[in-house]
This record gives sequence, structure tokens and C-alpha cells, in this order.
Amino acid sequence: MKKSFAILFVLLGLAITAGAQSNPVLINAAGATFPYPIYSKWFDVYHNQHPEIQINYQSQGSGAGIRQLLAGTVDFGASDGPMSDDQLAQAKFKILHFPTVLGAVVPTYNISGVTGELNFTPKALAGIYLGTITKWNDPEIAKSNPGVKLPDDDIVVVHRSEGSGTTYIWTDFLSKVSDDWKNKVGKNTSVNWPVGLGQKGNEGVTGLVKQTPNSIGYIELIYAIQNNIPYGKVQNAIGKFVKADLASVTAAAAGAANEMPDDFRVSITNAPGPTAYPISSFTWLLIPAQIQDSVKRDAIKGFLKWMLADGQGFNEGLSYARLPKPVIAKEMKAISLIQ
Amino acid sequence: MSSAATAISHGAPPEAGLRAFVRRLKHGDEIAHLITLVFASGILLVTSLLVYELWINSHLSRTKFGWMFFWTRVWDPVFDNYGAAPFIYGTLITSAVALVIALPLGLAGAIFLAELAPRKLSDSVAFLIDLLAAVPSVIYGVLGIFIVVPFVRSTLGPALKAAFGYLPPFQGPNYGVGFLTAGIVLAIMVVPFIISVSREVLLTVPRDQREAALALGATRWESTWKVVVPWARTGILGSVFLALARALGETMAVTMVIGNAPNISASLFSSGDTMASVIANQFTEATGDLFVSALIELGLVLFLITFILNGLARILIVATQRGGGHPS
Repeated sequence: MKKSFAILFVLLGLAITAGAQSNPVLINAAGATFPYPIYSKWFDVYHNQHPEIQINYQSQGSGAGIRQLLAGTVDFGASDGPMSDDQLAQAKFKILHFPTVLGAVVPTYNISGVTGELNFTPKALAGIYLGTITKWNDPEIAKSNPGVKLPDDDIVVVHRSEGSGTTYIWTDFLSKVSDDWKNKVGKNTSVNWPVGLGQKGNEGVTGLVKQTPNSIGYIELIYAIQNNIPYGKVQNAIGKFVKADLASVTAAAAGAANEMPDDFRVSITNAPGPTAYPISSFTWLLIPAQIQDSVKRDAIKGFLKWMLADGQGFNEGLSYARLPKPVIAKEMKAISLIQ
Repeated sequence: MSSAATAISHGAPPEAGLRAFVRRLKHGDEIAHLITLVFASGILLVTSLLVYELWINSHLSRTKFGWMFFWTRVWDPVFDNYGAAPFIYGTLITSAVALVIALPLGLAGAIFLAELAPRKLSDSVAFLIDLLAAVPSVIYGVLGIFIVVPFVRSTLGPALKAAFGYLPPFQGPNYGVGFLTAGIVLAIMVVPFIISVSREVLLTVPRDQREAALALGATRWESTWKVVVPWARTGILGSVFLALARALGETMAVTMVIGNAPNISASLFSSGDTMASVIANQFTEATGDLFVSALIELGLVLFLITFILNGLARILIVATQRGGGHPS
């Protein structure tokens, strides 16, 4: 009996010293669900390279990420939309935005008798979602799709039911291209939809669109690519119809990079550039400018540097678009602001 | 424990009350009493904490909208204007549709299993029904999307329109998702509750009652419908309110088939939304303080409505007991 106790103590002592030697750094984070696959890949790979650093990320949604960061229950947050001025003013500390990857939102549809790829003007998309364009053969849709036989049927509009970064990007784009949309509906993670049926998640929207004849919905590009869901082209700021893919999304970011503000809070929907896909967006990590714990601070800064360099190499494998080079260079400089 | 108790009783001559207490302690009565009391008050405590938290955290929304919250039909997170009316309407209408469908189905099922089916069959079917009651609601939601939605869109909806199209509930465009579909899915979910509880209650009706009715010349159906079912009606009502509680609070299955648009429409084909569904949908991404507060107030309203309906249920049960039929 006594002997086994002695062994237990020795083992316990060993465990404690072993733990002290590696000195683990536990970092808690929470936020956006859209970049969760790439974030969990990054945190996992980084943990393998630096076993002492463990980043625990809860994909609870952008809103929850911002709330938790403001409440101080996480070390950093993540969001698909930049924090508003109001939210930043509410914070007891300064918060920095770091773009990590790019995403895009695409229109998907199911129209009786139409198999080809449709072209959508911004005006058509805004009209459909405002409820002012109600038939598929409306001139605004027909004029950019010559040769396609569009039916004289009512359009069934599908949108996300839950608050989501995808909705934020979609409504941000519609607000930019339509004053009516901006004044009546606006942009947010969830809005007061003038028309349409709500479904939960990309899978819900896709499911209802597939089932319902003459319907249209919007989904994340990544979801569309990974599940082979057909989607339409959208006319960009200079009038070209562009199909969303990783290159055209990065092009949108590059187009906006020249006017990138110092705090990185920029919307790149309707970005300039001939090949830019207009419904694209950054997703951000939200990091406090002052981190008291120097070990944590170094760990987070180290991770950011790695993410901007090696980390970006994992993007394509998971269908995320890379950050453009000028943005990466600018972010590298901004890391020194964390103190 | 028992040795400590003996030590006390052998010490200084104790009062009679203490001795009695110790004796009861020895037999475990007092301990059992204490333990059950603590657990029972725990439930009360949790409920009051829940209401307290909902009340405190909905402060912003309560002061801003006041009673208008109940009547406002807009839910606009961009311009920060919130009203509960469409969600209250959606919750009540889907639960009502569910009960209208589930009550006859459930009651008939229970009567068959308790009165008519052979005992072996009855027991094995009851086992399956209990299993159904334990299926996660997301499964019912998926079944709803893939089976009920297309069925309502292409078969049931057109049939109802053809038969009752002159009535407002059966007019308007039919996309397959909406109040009717949500009600049907809810009905499927709550039928097992009604059958399971009602069957148990029917089985407890004393044999004498049946035999007396038969001896008076009643047919088997007459004895069931006129004697056994009235005898058990308190329990049957109880099962219906259990079903109603589940229907009111159901989230996942409803949100998948209701269309999630805050509409108030007489048409059963119209898309709508319920309180539980909108809370689940929007809470995680709610950023504004007022937005979060309005969602929490919705939770409070849901609690209130459940409370009122349960109160009504109690009154109904007491009233039917006075009407006679059931002695207990």
C-alpha cells in the first residue's frame, strides 16, 4: 500500500515537472463559423510545430465572437464582418483587425427548363430580393441572358434564416449596388427580408432551392465548390460578368488593396478590377492591441506571422482564396502594433 | 451514521422530540425527507433563476418597446425595431394545427392499443412508440424537408385548395414550407406522447367499470367510448398538454420547415416563424445590445405563454373533475 503511494507521488512529481518544462500556452478564441475549417487546420498544424501553444477556437458565429471578445472571455475573436464604430467604441480596449482569408457568396437557382449558367446584373439581384422583380422573364434578367428561354413564372426567393456572415456579405453587396436596398433593408448578419423563405445554413438554402421549382438562393462559394452546386455569374463594377472562383475572389481583394485603410476594416464587395468577383469579402481575426500576458502575446504574434506566410499555403486545399501579397505585407507590419 | 445516532441516544437523557428525531434519522425518514426537499426546491430555484435572468437581460428591450412588443409586426435587426407578434402567432398556430391532427390520431391509437389489441401486440407497439418519442427533433426536421415539404407542395396543398379553396386558410401561394407543414411535422412528433401516456391511463381503468357497462348491455365500443375514455379523461388531457408543451417549445424541426419569415397570414400555406425558432436562428449572430435583449424578451414571452397555457390546462382538468366521471 505504502509502496504504491510512493510510486504515485513520484509519478505525480514527474508529471508536474514535465508540465513545467513545456510550459503550455492555452489561448482561447471564438467567432465566425465560415473560416472554421481553415482555422482549425491552422491551429492544429501550428500546435504540431509548436507543441507548447494550443489555440482553442469555438466556432459560435461572428456575433458571439465579438460579444465574447468585448466581455473579455476569450483572448481573441473572429468575425466575417468588420466591427462597427459603435462596437469599437464600446470596447474597453483597442481592437485590431487582421484579414485571414477570403470568401465569396454566389447565387444559385433552379429554373424549369434552364440548364445553362445565368448572368445576373446587380440590379436584377437587388430587384429579386426586394420583391420588385417577381418573374423570371423580367427584362432586367432577360437582357443579360440572350438565348436563354426564361419561364413566365414567379420567382421563389430563398435566404438564410439564421444570422450569418454570408448574409452580411450578400446584403453588403446589395446595399452598395442599390439605394433602395440600402434605405429599406440595409446590411447586417440578419435583416428584415422584404420577400422570401428562410432556411438554416448553406445546406438548408441549397436543399430548398433544389426542391423548389423557379427558386433562387445565395450560398458560400466554398460550399458550392465542395458540393458541385451550379451557380451564376455576377456583373462586377466595370460591367463584366464574372464567375466566382478562388482567382476572381483574390482579384477582388487585390483591387481593393490599394485603398486598404490602416485598420483593415474594408468591404471589398463590388471591388474594381476587370476580373474581380463582386460579392467577395475578407474574414478577420479580432485581436486586442494590448495583451498583458507576454507569453500569450508572443504566441499570438508568432501565430499571426506564420499564418500570413506558411498558413496561406493551406488555403486552396480547403477552397479558401489567398490574401493578395500587398495585404500580407501590410498586415506583417501591423503585427508590431500588438503590445 | 447509525453508530453516531446510537451514541447520541445513549448520551445525556434527551428530550422526547430529539429522541423521535433520532429514531426517524435512524430509519432514514428524515434524511430522505431532507434530500427530496433539497432536490424539489432546486427545481423551483432553477425556474426562478431562469425567469430572473430573462427579466434582467431583456431590460433594454422592455423599456424601449413596452407593451408594443406584443403587437409590433416588424423584426428588423438593421434598424433595431423588434416586435413579437408574428412569432407569437406562428407559435400558437403551428401548435394548434399539430394538436388538431395529433389528438384524434393519438387518442384512436391509444384506445386501440389499450382496449382492442392483444396485450402482446400492445406492449411491443408501445415500446416502439416510446422509441419514437426519443428520436431527436433534427431527424424529424430532415424527414420534414425531404418528405412532408414535397408532399404538401405537390399533393396535399393542391388537394386542400381544390376542396376548401373558398376558405382563407387554404388560399395563397403554396411553396411546401409554412405553418401547415410545420404543424404536420409537429403532429408527427407529439403523437407518440399522446399515445404513450393515454394508453397507460386507459390501462389503469378498473376492470369492474368495463364489466359493469357490458353487464348493462353496452357493446364493447359503447363501454370503451362512454365509460372507459371518460374515466381516463384527466390523464388523456394531461397527455395532450404534454404534447402541447413540446409543440410550443420545439425549435429545430420547426425552423427547418416553416420558411422562417415573420408573417402573420390567415393562409396555412404561408411561411412564418416561431419564437423558439427565431431565438435559435438569430441569437449566435446577434451583435447589437438591443437585438440580443429583444431575443431574450422573446424567450420571456415564450415562457409566459407556456405558463399561461399550463395554468389553463390545470383549470380545465379541475373543471372536468368536478363534472364527475373520475373519482381521483
